[in-house]
Amino acid sequence: MLSFIIRRIGQSVLVLLITGLIAFSMFRFVGDPIDNMLGQERTLEDVERLRAQLGLDQPFPVQYFKFLENAAQGNFGVSYRQGRPVAEILLERAPATLELAIVSGLLAVAFGIALGVFTAIRRNGVAANVIMATSLIGVSLPTFLIGILLIYLFSVELGWLPSFGRGDTVALGGWWTTGFLTESGLKALVLPAITLGLYQMTLIMRLVRSEMLEVLRQDYIRFARARGLKERTVNFRHALKNTMVPVVTVIGLQLGAIIAFAIITETVFQWPGVGLLFINAIQFVDIPVMAAYLMLISVMFVGINLIVDILYVFIDPRLRVDRAGGH
Amino acid sequence: MTETPIETRAPGRWARFRDSDFFYAFKRSPVALVSFAVVMLLVLSSVFAPLIAPTNPFDPASLNLMNGFTPPMEPNAFTQESFLMGTDDQGRDVFSTILYGMRISLFVGLSAVLFAMVLGIVLGLISGYFGGWTETIIMRIADVQLTFPSILVAMLIFGIAKGFTPVEYRDQMAIWVLILAIGLSDWVQFARVVRGATLVEKSKDYVAAAQLIGRSPWAIMIRHILPNALSPVLVIATISLALAIIAEATLSFLGVGAPPTQPSLGTLIRIGQGFLFSGEWWILFFPACTLLALALGVNLLGDWLRDALNPRLK
Amino acid sequence: MMTDTLLDIEDLSVTFPTRRGPFIAVRDATLNLSPGEIHGLVGESGAGKSTIGAAIMGLLEGAGHISGGTVHFRGDAISGRDRAAMRALRGKKISMIFQDPLTSLNPLFTVGAQLVETITEHLDLTEAQARDRARDLLDRVGIPDPDTRLDQYPHQFSGGMRQRVVIALALCSEPDVIIADEPTTALDVSIQKQILDLIRSLVDERQVGVILITHDMGVIAETTDSVTVMYMGEVVEHGATAQVLGHPEHEYTRSLIAAVPRPDRKVERFPQISYGGRETRFAVEELAKDWPETPAPDGPLVEARGLEKRFLAKGAILPGMRQYFTAVDDVSFDIRPGEVFGLVGESGSGKSTIARMIAGLYPLDGGEVLFDGQRVSGADTATLTSFRRQIQMIFQDPFSSLNPRHRVDRIVAEPALHLGVIPEAEVADRVRDLLEKVGLGADAAVKYPHEFSGGQRQRISIARALATQPRFLICDEPTSALDVSIQAQILNMLKDLQEHLGLTMLFISHDLPVVRQMCDRVGVLKDGRLVELQDTETLFAAPEDPYTQELLRLMPKTDLLSTEGLAEL
Repeated sequence: MLSFIIRRIGQSVLVLLITGLIAFSMFRFVGDPIDNMLGQERTLEDVERLRAQLGLDQPFPVQYFKFLENAAQGNFGVSYRQGRPVAEILLERAPATLELAIVSGLLAVAFGIALGVFTAIRRNGVAANVIMATSLIGVSLPTFLIGILLIYLFSVELGWLPSFGRGDTVALGGWWTTGFLTESGLKALVLPAITLGLYQMTLIMRLVRSEMLEVLRQDYIRFARARGLKERTVNFRHALKNTMVPVVTVIGLQLGAIIAFAIITETVFQWPGVGLLFINAIQFVDIPVMAAYLMLISVMFVGINLIVDILYVFIDPRLRVDRAGGH
Repeated sequence: MTETPIETRAPGRWARFRDSDFFYAFKRSPVALVSFAVVMLLVLSSVFAPLIAPTNPFDPASLNLMNGFTPPMEPNAFTQESFLMGTDDQGRDVFSTILYGMRISLFVGLSAVLFAMVLGIVLGLISGYFGGWTETIIMRIADVQLTFPSILVAMLIFGIAKGFTPVEYRDQMAIWVLILAIGLSDWVQFARVVRGATLVEKSKDYVAAAQLIGRSPWAIMIRHILPNALSPVLVIATISLALAIIAEATLSFLGVGAPPTQPSLGTLIRIGQGFLFSGEWWILFFPACTLLALALGVNLLGDWLRDALNPRLK
Repeated sequence: MMTDTLLDIEDLSVTFPTRRGPFIAVRDATLNLSPGEIHGLVGESGAGKSTIGAAIMGLLEGAGHISGGTVHFRGDAISGRDRAAMRALRGKKISMIFQDPLTSLNPLFTVGAQLVETITEHLDLTEAQARDRARDLLDRVGIPDPDTRLDQYPHQFSGGMRQRVVIALALCSEPDVIIADEPTTALDVSIQKQILDLIRSLVDERQVGVILITHDMGVIAETTDSVTVMYMGEVVEHGATAQVLGHPEHEYTRSLIAAVPRPDRKVERFPQISYGGRETRFAVEELAKDWPETPAPDGPLVEARGLEKRFLAKGAILPGMRQYFTAVDDVSFDIRPGEVFGLVGESGSGKSTIARMIAGLYPLDGGEVLFDGQRVSGADTATLTSFRRQIQMIFQDPFSSLNPRHRVDRIVAEPALHLGVIPEAEVADRVRDLLEKVGLGADAAVKYPHEFSGGQRQRISIARALATQPRFLICDEPTSALDVSIQAQILNMLKDLQEHLGLTMLFISHDLPVVRQMCDRVGVLKDGRLVELQDTETLFAAPEDPYTQELLRLMPKTDLLSTEGLAEL
C-alpha cells in the first residue's frame, strides 16, 4: 500500500516536472521574450540588460532550474499585456474560479451518481429512458450553447438572474473574495454553475450507469441474488461499491475538467476568473500568463489525482496488501 | 431435366453484411436510422454546399450591405429580397454561411479524428504488442495527457502553435493548427483502446499460430490483431467525431479557432451571440441548431454502435 | 400430509425468444429430488442442464421464461411465483453454487461480511450471533482458523478455499436443496475431490438434496445417487446412477459413456457409437499416400535439456529488485521419432509453458532445445525456417486459435504460404483437399470460423497444421474445451495421424485418463519440475513419485461405467 502511494507521488512529481518543462519551453521558445517585453523602441543595452536579468544568457538546464525555483516561489514573471506580475493577477482571480468550480463540481457529482444509479437499476423504465435520451442531448450540447440558452431564457426573457459578472463580493482574510455571502453574488452564481456542472453531470451519470450495468452482470451479483439477498442490498451495497472503483478515477478527471471548462463558462458569462484571463492570454499570446496558468492547474490536477488514488486504497482491499506475484 | 449446379460460391461481403446481426439491428433501430439519415443529410449538404447555397457568402461581389439584418422568410425593407434563415449584419445569407461553416466544422472534425486515430492505433498497437519500455513510455505520456482535459490540451497546443506562426500567416494556418491541436488532444483514447484490445488479442492462440510459423511482428499486428481491434476503434471514432466537432466549435466560439475569414459553426455562433440581446435571434439560432443536430446525430450513432458492437450488452 | 420429495419438476419447458424465433432450451423435462440424495444432471453443452438450474431458482437470464410445466418444492408450486416470493425462497430453502469461485464472491467485502449479511437476511439473529454462526459455517466447510479468515477478503483465499466459502454461503440458512452448477469444473483434480467429498458429507449429515449439474461422467459416477441425462434440451434417460451408467438404455447415453476416456484401461480407438448424425469421416489413408517420407534420425527427434523459464512477478526499475516466478525449473526429456510423449500436470505446473518454449514461442531463460540433432534456440534464419516447416501446433481453445476475421481458406493456407512449402498456384487446391479429408468438405473454405462448432474448428486447426506436412506436432490440451463425444472424435484423429503418417507428438494435458489413451511415455510436472518420467502403462500401474500416486488416487473412478464396445488393448 505504501509503495503504491509512494509510486503515485513520484509520478505526480514527474508530471509537474514535465508540465514545468512545457511551460518553460513556451516561455523560452515561443516568440522572443525580449521582443515581447520591450517592443519596437529599444536600445542594444536594454536588450542585453534584460537578457541578463531574465537569465537568457545561461545554459538551458540552468534556466529551467531557475524557472522551477521561481515558480515554486510563485514568481512567474510579468504579463506582457498588463505589465503586472502574473502571480498577482492570478491570485486576484483564483477565488472566482474556485468558487464556481466547487459549486458545479458538487452539483455534477451528486446528481451524476444519483441519476446514474437510478437509470442503471430501472434500465427498462420509462423515466430512465427519458433521462438517458435527454442526457445524449446534454453531451451533444456544447457548454457555451448551454450558457447562451440559459442567459436567453433567464436573463433576457424572464429577467430573473444576471447574465454576466460575479455580483457583489465580500473580502475575506486579505486576499480571498467570496460571492457566497451576498444576494447578488449567489444569484450571479446560479447560471454559470449550472452551465459548468451540467455537461460533467451528464458524463458522470452515463459512466456510472454503464459501469453499474457491467457490475450487475457479474457472477457475484448473480450469486448474491441466488442467496436471496434483497434487491436493495444487491443494488446499493454490492453493486454500488463495485461500481465506484472505476468511477472514482473518472470523477477525479472530471473535477479537473471542470476547472478547464470553466474557461468556456467564464467567457460566456464574463466571469472574472482565471479562465477568462487564460483565454485572453491565448488570443494575445501572453506567454507568462499561459505558462503560469498551466503550472497552477497542473498542481491542482495532480493534487486531485493523488486524493483519488488514496481514496482508491480505501475502497479496494486488493490494493491494501502488497502481494508478490499474482498475474 | 438438367441438373441444377450447386451454388458453392461464397456470398460476397455486401451479402454477408446484409445478413449480419449488425445490419439487422440497424434496420430495426429507428434511432440509428434517423440519426444516420440526419448525419448523411448534413454531410452531403456541406459537401455540395457550392451547389446548394443560394449565395457564396465569401464572395464580396454577391454581398449587399442593404440586406443586413433581414429576418428569416421576410422580404427586406430596402431590397425586397427574402432569405430562408435571414441575413447577418453584413447582409450575408445565414443559410449559406451555415452550409459553408459546416464544411469547415466537418473538415476539421474529420481530419482531427483521422489524425488522432492513426496516431492512436500505431502507438496502441506498438505498446500493446511489444510491452516493456516502449509501452511504459507511451502509456505514461498518455496517462499524463489524460490528466489534462482534452479541450485544454487543444487550447494550449493552439496557443503554442499560434506563437510559432508569424502573424501574417496566422489566419491561413488556423484551420491546420486546429486540426493538429484537436487531433493531438484526442489520440489517447484510441491508443488506450487499441492497446487494451491488442493485449487481449495477443494472448489468443491464433497469434501464437502466426508466431509459430515465424511471421513478423508487423505482419501479426496489422494482418491479425488490427482487424480484431477495429470495432471498439469505430465506436471511439464516432464518439470522438462528435467531441471534435464540439471542441472545434468551442475553440472557435472562444476566438481561438477558425478565423472570421473562414467561419465555422462555432465562429458563426460567436458572431451571433452579439446580436441575441438586440433581437436578431436568427443569426445565432440557426447555426446553433445545426451544430446541435450534427453533434447529436453523430453521438446517437456512436451510442447505438457501442451497444450494437458490444455483445455483452445483448 | 407431507410429501417425501423435495423438488418435483414436471414437464418443464424453458423458452428464449431470439431473432430467428423462439429457442426452446428445455423441453418437457421431468426430475425428482429426495432428501439426502445427490441427483446428477449430465449432458454436453447446449443440453439445457444449467437452464434447468436457473429456472428452478427463478434466475433465468434475459427474456428466458418457463413456457410450460411446473416446479414443486415440498408440494408447493414455485414456478410462476412473483419475484418477491421467489426471493424469499432463494438462499433460505434453495441455494445455488456457481462454477467459478473466483467470480462468485464480491471482491470488495470481507468473507465475514458476506456471510453475516446472508445469515441476517434469512434468520432472526443479531449481528454477533450471525458472526458466531458464520464462524461455525467456515469451520464446517473445512476452512482452518475461521476467526482470522472471517475478516479476510476473497482475494486472500485460494481457488479451492473460495469454493468452500461459496458453499458456506449456500448453507447460511440450512437450505433443503442445493443446486450446484459445475461446482468443480474450474478446479484442479485434487481440489475437486475435496469439494465433492465435502458436498457428500453435508448431504449425509443434514439430509439436504443436491442437484449436481456437470458435464463430467467421472464426477457423476463417483458422487451421485441418481442421474438424469439430457441431450439438446430433452431428458433422454434417468434413474439410479449405477443402473444408468452400467446399463444405459438410450442410444445417446450409450454413445456418451463409450466416449469417456477411462483411467483404468487403454483402448486402441474410441468406439464411434454415433448419435444425432454427428460422426464425420477422416480420410487419413488418402492423406498418407502423398505424405513425404523422411529418414528417421538415429537419436531422439526432440531433445529438451535443462529448460528454464522465469516470469516477472514484481517489476522494479532496478534489475536487482525485480522478483521472478520460476515457471519451469530445469526440465529435460527426449521425444523419440514416431512416439506420442505426454506432459501432465495441474494448473500452474508449467506444462503449456514448456510446449511454447519448444515451439519457439517463448525465449528460454536457460537450457536448450534440439530438433533432429540441431540446436533451435538462437539458431540462424535458415535453420529456424527449416524447423518451422517441420513443426506445427494444435491449441486448446478452438475459439481463440482461429482468427475470427479471416476466412477458413486463408487460415489454413497461411503457414504453407508463408513458409513457402507449396507453390502459390496450388494452395487453393491443397486447402480444399485438406478440408475435404478432415471431414469438413471443400465448401468450408469460404466460410468464417464463427460458422463452425468447437469440434469442427479443431478440425480446421488440424487441417492448418497438416498443410505444411510437419514431422512434429505439439498438442496443447487439444480437447479440454470440447464435449466428451467430440473429444473422442478428435483423439481418434490424432491417433490416426500418429499411426498412418508417423507423426511425432508432444501431448499436453491435465486429464490423466486422456493421457493414458494417447501417450506412449508420460512426464509428470509439479510446480515447474519434472517429478516422474515413465512409460505410460508403467506409470499407471506402479507410480513411483508420491505426487503421481496422489494424482492417480484422486481421479474420479469410472468403475460404474458400462464397458460396452471398448476393445481393450
